[in-house]
Amino acid sequence: MTHSLPQTEGLDESVLVERAKSGETAAFTELVRRYDKKIFRMAKQITQSDEDAEDVLQEALFKAYKHLDDFQGNSKFYTWIVRIAVNEALMKLRKRKSDRTVSLDEEIDTGEETVTREIAVWDGDPEQRYSQEELRVILDNAIQSLKPSFRTVFVLRDVEELSTEETADTLGLSIPAVKSRLLRARLELREKLTRMFKKKGEDAFAYL
Amino acid sequence: MLTCKDLLSELNTFLDDTADPNLRQELQRHVNECPNCWVIVDTTQKTLKVYKGMQAQEIPPGIESRVMKALERKIAADKASSGA
Repeated sequence: MTHSLPQTEGLDESVLVERAKSGETAAFTELVRRYDKKIFRMAKQITQSDEDAEDVLQEALFKAYKHLDDFQGNSKFYTWIVRIAVNEALMKLRKRKSDRTVSLDEEIDTGEETVTREIAVWDGDPEQRYSQEELRVILDNAIQSLKPSFRTVFVLRDVEELSTEETADTLGLSIPAVKSRLLRARLELREKLTRMFKKKGEDAFAYL
Repeated sequence: MLTCKDLLSELNTFLDDTADPNLRQELQRHVNECPNCWVIVDTTQKTLKVYKGMQAQEIPPGIESRVMKALERKIAADKASSGA
């Protein structure tokens, strides 16, 4: 276990960036410690593997250190480092044999009509009906079933809450491509979750 | 009059509130009148809500300290080699 030096704790991010740039290792580690959990979670959601997510985190943090001088400070540090981590995560996916087809800019049919077959209201609030753990398994399974190109856009936009522009920039996609993938991802997830959460039987159309 | 297909293709601008006011009004009218689209909008909103509400998963024990140790080691090695 390593400890950050007391004088780096609670410091403003811009101060930490400056100190890190001037070569203060403790300032850099304090800086990345603030985001490592978020980066790990994002990497895990894209790669769907603890092991790959650990590699991604480690490689992304070291790359950030090596390229710290490129960080201009006109975007948030998190946006900058998450971009590095997403690229590492995508490289992981591409390296996997089973995912050889991973291409983010392939032409894809985003046909919305095909993913709106399940039209039923939900039976109460899933956050009340399921434990945190049960809910996490359901949500992870649904995300896992998306194609990587939809999954990645969804994770960046709706989980990490990057803007459309930041997501497009990070993934090297056009803004319309981000928008169409996000729509498809949202609709697919809605479809899958509705299958789990819908009211069963006669109540299914209780809204009519 | 907007169709269900129009609503579907504008779903994101509707949910993210980025549609221009006139379009938004038209979409809202359609949602109010079309039970299927109302359900689609409602369940998509709930889908986003559960994902946003998902608590950040803890890094499995050991990973964070392993990563930070490795990082400090790599930085030290990097400094040693560039300082030499």
